[in-house]
Amino acid sequence: MNDMRIVERDVETNDVKIAAKDVQVHYGDTHAIKDVSVDIEDKTVTAFIGPSGCGKSTFLRCINRMNDTIDVCRVTGDIRIDDQDIYDPKVDPVQLRAKVGMVFQKPNPFPKSIYDNVAYGPRIHGLAKNKSDLDDIVERSLRRGAIWEEVKDRLHAPGTGLSGGQQQRLCIARAVATEPEVLLMDEPCSALDPIATAQVEELIDELRENYSVVIVTHSMQQAARVSQKTAFFHLGNLVEYGETGQIFTNPTDPRTESYITGRIG
Amino acid sequence: MTDASMNDAALPKSGLSVTDARTRKRNAAEKRFRAYGIAAISVGLLFLLFLFGSILKSGIPAFTQTVVDVEFTMTQEAVDEAESKMLKTKAYENYFIAALEAQLAERGMDVAFDAKAIQRIVGKTGGTIRSHFQDNPDAIGQPVSFELAASSRVDGYFNGRVTRETLVDSRFLQLSDLDLVDALAEAGIIHGAFNWNFITGKDSGVDNPGGAGLGASVIGSFFMMLVVLFLSLPIGVAASIYLEEFAPKNRFTDLIEVNISNLAAVPSIVFGILGLAVFIQFAGLPQSAPLVGGLVLTLMTLPTIIISTRASLAAVPPSIRDAALGVGASKMQSVFHHVLPLAMPGILTGTIIGLAQALGETAPLLLIGMVGFVAREYPDGFMAGFTDANSAMPAQIYTWASRADPGFYEKAWGGIIILLLFLITMNTIAVILRRRFERRW
Repeated sequence: MNDMRIVERDVETNDVKIAAKDVQVHYGDTHAIKDVSVDIEDKTVTAFIGPSGCGKSTFLRCINRMNDTIDVCRVTGDIRIDDQDIYDPKVDPVQLRAKVGMVFQKPNPFPKSIYDNVAYGPRIHGLAKNKSDLDDIVERSLRRGAIWEEVKDRLHAPGTGLSGGQQQRLCIARAVATEPEVLLMDEPCSALDPIATAQVEELIDELRENYSVVIVTHSMQQAARVSQKTAFFHLGNLVEYGETGQIFTNPTDPRTESYITGRIG
Repeated sequence: MTDASMNDAALPKSGLSVTDARTRKRNAAEKRFRAYGIAAISVGLLFLLFLFGSILKSGIPAFTQTVVDVEFTMTQEAVDEAESKMLKTKAYENYFIAALEAQLAERGMDVAFDAKAIQRIVGKTGGTIRSHFQDNPDAIGQPVSFELAASSRVDGYFNGRVTRETLVDSRFLQLSDLDLVDALAEAGIIHGAFNWNFITGKDSGVDNPGGAGLGASVIGSFFMMLVVLFLSLPIGVAASIYLEEFAPKNRFTDLIEVNISNLAAVPSIVFGILGLAVFIQFAGLPQSAPLVGGLVLTLMTLPTIIISTRASLAAVPPSIRDAALGVGASKMQSVFHHVLPLAMPGILTGTIIGLAQALGETAPLLLIGMVGFVAREYPDGFMAGFTDANSAMPAQIYTWASRADPGFYEKAWGGIIILLLFLITMNTIAVILRRRFERRW
């Protein structure tokens, strides 16, 4: 049943959204990412899997240049979004991050109201012309985050007062409010219970229609459930990248097989 | 298998209700530790109680002043006659003594006294009376009631500081004078009154503790605190935001960091002599000015504010910064929109603690000339408040404490009560601000 779903998805082919070539990341003396080259497609969910410390989160954070905030971190190589080098000195990382939204491992709503949480991005990017415009954006984003029905009556209540799953969906709504083209998710469900996880996964599947979604996950079941493409990282190397169904059923690399069968990791 | 069976043999089977020796030992250690803690807190509280008790006991008398309360009328002729004399104030004094004598006689008391005794009890009164009539010519011909501060020893006699047994006849007070004092007290002419002058007044001469007041130096302290607040808060917060959020982490910033911590531990007198050299001798700012005092205290307060601000910035969870950067906020937007509001309670608390510390600082002020006896005049006008020579509360207290007249001793304690009231007020404000900002998550 599961396999059939995966096979069904395989027929879709999309344009390449993010093209990474020979990416190296150094944390001080540690070589965290070694020669990673990967083409991530548009309107696709791509899962990064691998044992802890294998560099999948680090690589994810290269895509929106969040690693710039870490002093000792050095990124070399070539990452292009829509064929534009994002590490070009002319590219402003702030502008890039508006285009490449991110959802973090731990739900991290601002200690402000639900409304302000979602409205913050559009406000600083000047996406709304007036108050009613902003109201529309907030409603649309909260609907896309599949949380509108739960919070529409208390938009001015603190975002930190929501449950963990609601907070994470609020963060997703906040990330989509700036109209990004790529959505990066760093283990978005690791702090959530199974019910909230199911809601977020359903949401990810819906988001695929509009965005290129990259998700880092520790749960192989989750990767199998939500993604069309899967990349397996091990010790800073990209070991294998391909169709999710193929990775989980017929991996080519023995390390991938060991990992998904639970022998390493 | 053998291991398991050996363990079974080694450990005697015991129920959970029986505590073994090891557990008993651990529990005993915990109990002992708790006892140490309680003992430490009790000792601390005891000292605090003792401190407050002695401050209140010694300081409360400073707020009351024994006054000689005499009502009398100066006719125009009397004024004219006094003004025509060579010793004008002496003439006024004679009128005062005559009025006093008349009032005593009125109440049916017959005590012999001379002008010298009166002088020993209330000091030289003529000057005060004369200037009163010169300032208020309308009062001539009207009954005027004078409340003249009694001398420090008479004051002490009522406070229990001076007794008949301990009094040694001197030019300040003689045993026979106390008979007169008792009679005057019985007649209601000498009585205690709340000493407003102590709170609002200026410093007095070394031989007049009764007229000493803290008011002028409270004003001095106020202007210093204004300078400290408006310099150290923006400079300190800006410096800490830059160091904590923007500065690259390298040897140079490490060096700055270490030195800020070191500065916080530098004795305040060092800042005093620095202020003397830089602000007064080099920059030529006026001596004893609250402006200079404020500058010196700013230097002293900056490390405290920077350290506490950086600590509260660092305490803001990094996930908030990530969240802001993740939606495309610039570094500065993430700091000013998200990090700073969350750090605000900590920053405010640090600032007010820094200010309170500065308010109580004495040593550097002495070096730049803000000693107590300078506080003889109120500043004329707001701007002059910064530049006119003045003292500050702790320096004034220090000056009083070092004066010979025991009357000043209780003034010093009283000054400490006022200083502590200010500090308690500031700390209360800190707590209130903290609560308010925290509620605004």
